[in-house]
Amino acid sequence: MPEFHFPWIEVSILVPLFGAVWIHLLGNRDNILRHAVAICSVTLALTIGELIDFVLIGTFEAHDHWPFIDWMFDRDVFVVDELSAFQLPLAALIFLVTVMSTLRTKAPRFSLKLALVSETLVLATFSCRSSWTLIVFLIAATVPPYLELRNRQRCARLYVLHMAVFAVLLVVGYGWLSVIDVNSRAVLIPGALLTAAALFRSGVFPFHLWMTDLFEKATFGTAILFSTPLVGAYAVMRLVLPIAPSWALQSIAVLSLVTAVYAGSMALIQREARRMFCFLFLSQSALVLAGLELVTPIGLTGALCLWLSVGLSLTGFGITLRCIEARISRVALVDYHGLYRQMPMLAGFFLLTGLAAIGFPATVGFVGMELLIEGAVDVYPLVGTMVVIAAALCGITVLSAYFRIFTGHPTRTQVPMHARPAERIAVLMLTLLILGGGLVPQPGVASRYHAAKELTRLRQANPINEYDGPSGPSSAGLPTTTWKGRRTSVR
Amino acid sequence: MTPLHLLFHILGTAVVVSPIVLLAILGLSTLVNRPLSETSIARLTQAAVLFSLLPAVAILVIMLATDIRYVPIELGNWVTIPEEQFQFHLKFAFDRLSIPFLMLSCVLCGVVGAFTRRYLHREEGYGRFFLYYAMFFCGMVLSSLASTIETLFVGWEMVGLSSALLVAYFHERTNPVRNGQRVWSIYRLSDAAFLIAAITMHHMTGEGDFGGLMSSGVWPEGTAAITSSQALMVGALLLIAAAGKSALFPFSGWLPRAMEGPTPSSAIFYGALSVHLGAFLLLRLSPILDASLTLQVMVISLGVVSAVCGAVMSRVQNDVKVSLAYASLTQVGIIVVEIGMGLKYLALIHIIGHASLRTMQLLRAPTLLRDYSDLENKMGMRLPRDSWVGVGFLPPRMQRWCYRFGFERGFMDIALDKWIVQPFVRVFHWCDSVERQVTDALSHEASRESDHAELHPEDIKSAA
Repeated sequence: MPEFHFPWIEVSILVPLFGAVWIHLLGNRDNILRHAVAICSVTLALTIGELIDFVLIGTFEAHDHWPFIDWMFDRDVFVVDELSAFQLPLAALIFLVTVMSTLRTKAPRFSLKLALVSETLVLATFSCRSSWTLIVFLIAATVPPYLELRNRQRCARLYVLHMAVFAVLLVVGYGWLSVIDVNSRAVLIPGALLTAAALFRSGVFPFHLWMTDLFEKATFGTAILFSTPLVGAYAVMRLVLPIAPSWALQSIAVLSLVTAVYAGSMALIQREARRMFCFLFLSQSALVLAGLELVTPIGLTGALCLWLSVGLSLTGFGITLRCIEARISRVALVDYHGLYRQMPMLAGFFLLTGLAAIGFPATVGFVGMELLIEGAVDVYPLVGTMVVIAAALCGITVLSAYFRIFTGHPTRTQVPMHARPAERIAVLMLTLLILGGGLVPQPGVASRYHAAKELTRLRQANPINEYDGPSGPSSAGLPTTTWKGRRTSVR
Repeated sequence: MTPLHLLFHILGTAVVVSPIVLLAILGLSTLVNRPLSETSIARLTQAAVLFSLLPAVAILVIMLATDIRYVPIELGNWVTIPEEQFQFHLKFAFDRLSIPFLMLSCVLCGVVGAFTRRYLHREEGYGRFFLYYAMFFCGMVLSSLASTIETLFVGWEMVGLSSALLVAYFHERTNPVRNGQRVWSIYRLSDAAFLIAAITMHHMTGEGDFGGLMSSGVWPEGTAAITSSQALMVGALLLIAAAGKSALFPFSGWLPRAMEGPTPSSAIFYGALSVHLGAFLLLRLSPILDASLTLQVMVISLGVVSAVCGAVMSRVQNDVKVSLAYASLTQVGIIVVEIGMGLKYLALIHIIGHASLRTMQLLRAPTLLRDYSDLENKMGMRLPRDSWVGVGFLPPRMQRWCYRFGFERGFMDIALDKWIVQPFVRVFHWCDSVERQVTDALSHEASRESDHAELHPEDIKSAA
């Protein structure tokens, strides 16, 4: 297997972990937030270096050159491939902007130590292939939010219940899978268990209640960090996609689409901003999941593009809400708050990220959404229609939230409402990526398509897909479609 | 590439790029919090309009001189996946439909931009208005010249967003904002229909290019490359999209609400360009309408109903802008009937004439009432009002019902609220209450902290 020129993977995983220790040793100092930002920045730089190195190598997968913890893990456990190469910088960016946009007054409430530990676990998860190590990291990543809930003396019963089921399904499913021939039909039951685990972790209807509860009870920052990297989708890609038959995947796609429409509708009627955000996120993440299950190169490319765009845009959307919450406490969506005059920059950013999330033209989400709909229509036209309806509902929600928060009769507050320099930097970083990815989408799409093709090829290699019935995909593992492509005629 | 084609390419590119540059400049200045002066904004807007209009005029002159009827401008692929034969092609076309509509857009945007410079002088939201206005102008140019359905959709979406934001321009008052939200909601649903139609069309023909969809000839002579039943399905979706955008029946309720925006945007959007965009879409895809008689009947029926409703409603409004908006609807309804009957050139001429007249009327509206009052004061009596001669033939009960129908704006908003919005909200409130019960039961306590969110926490004179 090709090697990186530097142990990017291990260093990027260990930096936030050592950073958490460092923050712990520092104690409650005034400049603790700066240290956390610096650590997250270094981590982001490392993951970007990893991505650049990966692109320069020009391979489908690569691992570290001088692994210094191979006494602990098998050498092929930490591998970056085309699927995870982009997810790692995205996850690091999500952590950086969330930490960066934390007000100093809120630093004691939002545990920076746990955030850095979470970052380690998320990066480790995204650097892992299908293995027991991945299972361990997936389960371990659920612990920091629980600790926070306990520290805040909030009831964690709902969260624990769902995550416990998730962990059990994951362990039993993977354990079962380890003892059978993965090329036989016996794989269906462990596959179903792993699928159920992924549905729990992704918050697919009706297993989504833990997520709304987490947004209610945890700090907004922790809830954003736990949800927006879409770890559940990654679990699907690594554990379910290679082994599940197409009919099973299409069943998950249907469930995901139901979730997308249901959550989009629920977002519309929420009376509080956090819950609205949670349902908006559920709707969009369900669309990603639906795309991943389509298993057509176009649909999969769309889902992978949308994965990046949802991560970017909804993180931006979330941190904007969090910035407002940090100043005035929870935001009711029953009436108009008139905050535009006091925070025009955040208002613009809120609208931009919201529009990017719904795939508005010239934003990073547009091409992903278009590809996803194309792929969905290829499989079944009604699926494409559902995607469009979900996006329309989310679009109405986004503008409604913008109007409720930023328009209306302005009130004068004694709290300074303008964006601080750190918040501005975070906003501008995300804005550049959202608009840049929207205006120049080709490089991203090409790389995601390549990843989609490789993933499809790996899936085809599994004989289980030959068992599909006539209504399912062809023996190649791909749906048969009447797609003829787009040939533009020049007159 | 011949010199002539190169010239076309340069001029065509200038037409498209100019509004994009304007939007980029105004957008970036807002984003980095470096607002431009009123003069700079106005001059930039006028320059952008001129740099779009003049090359378009040049292209028209050359086309007339050389007897070329169709000039495609290829700007390459925005996104392409060659292995899947997937392309998002940036292609624009100058033809008999796009050139008049483009020029109309440029002229009216220029006129209204110049008018707004004085109208909104020293308004707090001056820069914001022109930013949205630039987005609208950009959307109109892209929609007018689009040669692929995706490009048309991009322009269509930009027009929709700018419309909603400009309706809510006076955002310190609640009503404009509510109405902006209403407009946006209707637009999103009609956009969804448009997108489904576009994707379905791809699925049927494997083409996004209008040239491919209309397998022979350029507008208006194309023939749809799909069967009658396919045309009916796609056409019905496009009809919903057009009805939403042009406020046709039963979506007319948003049109008077849209008058909450500043007069210039009301004029340019709902008197002139935006309200005709649905008709433009039907014109652009008229070969699809020709492929299905049922679809043509649907189009004509929709046009007739909209025109009649508009006529009845415009007569009984007590607000001059709303009255003009419904008068616009009447004309748009007639234009749709013309399109349904296959009178494409007549519809195009009707659009241009009506848009120009209505823009003038709406821009004039703020001073019109004052002029009327002056006139009545000088005459010493009320101005005589003509009533429709046909009203005498209607029985009194019918007259009263028509009055009520018009005054209540055709009961359309009431019907949409009663039959769509309220059931939707009720169902999902019920789902929400079920979720609450489940989470409360599992938590053994009240699970929602959001229930205690303050209505106006920003009023609290202390930090959170």
